[in-house]
Amino acid sequence: MAKLSVEEVKHVAKLARLAITDEEAEKFATQLGAITDFANELQELDTTDVVPTTHVLPVHNVFREDIPAKGLDRDLMMKNVKEQQDGLVKVPPIIAQ
Amino acid sequence: MSLFDKTSAELQQALLNKEITIADLTKEAYARIDALDGEVGAFLALNKAAAEQEAAEKDQVPFEERGPLFGLPIGVKDNIVTEGIETTCASKILEGFNPIYSATVVEKLRKAGMVTVGKVNMDEFAMGSANENSAIKKVHNPWDFDRAPGGSSGGSAAAVAAGEVPFTLGSDTGGSIRQPAAFCGVVGMKPTYGRVSRYGLVAFASSLDQIGPITRNVRDNALLLEAIAGVDEHDSTSANVAVPSYVEELTGDIKGLKVAVPQEYLAEGVSEGVKAQVLAAIEKLKELGATVDTVSLPHSKYALAAYYIISSSEASSNLSRFDGIRYGFRAEADNLEDLYLQTRAQGFGDEVKRRIMLGTYSLSAGTYDAYYKKAQQVRTLIKQDFDKVFEEYDVIVGPTTPTTAFKLGENLDDPMTVYANDILTVPINLAGVPAISIPCGFDNDMPVGLQIIGKYFEEGTIYRVADAFEKATDFHNAKPQTWEVK
Repeated sequence: MAKLSVEEVKHVAKLARLAITDEEAEKFATQLGAITDFANELQELDTTDVVPTTHVLPVHNVFREDIPAKGLDRDLMMKNVKEQQDGLVKVPPIIAQ
Repeated sequence: MSLFDKTSAELQQALLNKEITIADLTKEAYARIDALDGEVGAFLALNKAAAEQEAAEKDQVPFEERGPLFGLPIGVKDNIVTEGIETTCASKILEGFNPIYSATVVEKLRKAGMVTVGKVNMDEFAMGSANENSAIKKVHNPWDFDRAPGGSSGGSAAAVAAGEVPFTLGSDTGGSIRQPAAFCGVVGMKPTYGRVSRYGLVAFASSLDQIGPITRNVRDNALLLEAIAGVDEHDSTSANVAVPSYVEELTGDIKGLKVAVPQEYLAEGVSEGVKAQVLAAIEKLKELGATVDTVSLPHSKYALAAYYIISSSEASSNLSRFDGIRYGFRAEADNLEDLYLQTRAQGFGDEVKRRIMLGTYSLSAGTYDAYYKKAQQVRTLIKQDFDKVFEEYDVIVGPTTPTTAFKLGENLDDPMTVYANDILTVPINLAGVPAISIPCGFDNDMPVGLQIIGKYFEEGTIYRVADAFEKATDFHNAKPQTWEVK
């Protein structure tokens, strides 16, 4: 069974912003390898000139009148924010000292 | 005996005759949840105080102002946002999240006069087929507590099967309404993609997700879909197609109906017990005047792989919003990058992480063409299979699942085995057509589901077939032993 390399899993985890331990990377490498192995059977099919489907219904641009309307209340929108100050969302430092 | 032995029509008659009140119905729901849910595990947040007050107010509304669902209790899957009721998607990352608006379907339930009793359990972010991925608690199948209720709408199906509520809403991305409905012996409909607004449904895979009703009989299911369907200015993928009266379709007459049975849906992998019940159901449809032919959906075997790539890719993008900043769980960290990494590592369960990583991998430069684009091309071929059969036939019929409910804990370490369970349901989501699962018998005392697939926006035809079958059989009246509360 082909498995993804531990390095590949760590790279993907980093792209997806998931902290991952060496042990987890090992486990996910095996599991994801089994899934991608299985997915490789799609390569049997000749899909030359087959248009990819992103959406099943023939819906394209959906327009509406641009009428100004009140959005959600600001205080309400802050209701689930864990840390806040003066109506702003507070986060840890973005740039290291 | 329970009030929930009755259909919605019988309940409305009892209300009209003043034999019961809406307050009684709400009380019955909470009494049954109290008595049963310790073992079933279907409910997460309860809305008791508000629901009891609403019920009392609704009892004052004159009968001429009430519709067919007015005053009836419903449970809502926990990935559908409800203003004022905690919504977690059964994930740690959304613990304590209190939505500040309600999903369009929830607004529509309110307009129909239904009473939201609480939120029902599910696989975390709707990823799973056994409800074992809930970060909060397991759901147990009311027919056998050692068995899985199915997933991801396991709570929705189990709550209805146990008679805790007569109605629930679920969501279906690859079978998440139909598979648990089959496992729990209830009626579950996945509508056409775009039939029901997804506004306020926490997105898993946006091109596949649909909300749909779970009930104990076909007529109630049709009533609930009618109430929640329709175009919505908040969802640009909701379809501007008129919603017909589905109940008017329930004529019981399917003479001359053309039924297709795909050979691939009764092939290797489908258990003998399930096959026998489904073949008997197909015989019943013939007796009722339908003509039945065997057809082929030749790309069926590729649907599962295409589905897991497409749904995981969309999920990896959709779930990037859970970063610990604006809502839900936030990990302690010294800088922003670590906050993201730790919040997501601690907040998501393993199955969600697996799918995010599979999706991220499929969308990466170097793998995009071989995985994501290839899967979308295969999706086209699968859709064309259905289009072709529907040129000649009214409905496609087969089993909902290859087996009846498996034991809890059986497949925990092997994701691929669990994924294989979805083989008969995922092609329908890829094509975007509607499909229902209805009870059609038992195998080793566990319910078997019959899947009826229809043309785009022809849920009415599906309901007509399902109702004709239900009227000619008695499977929908069977109840698990747990139904009788001591």
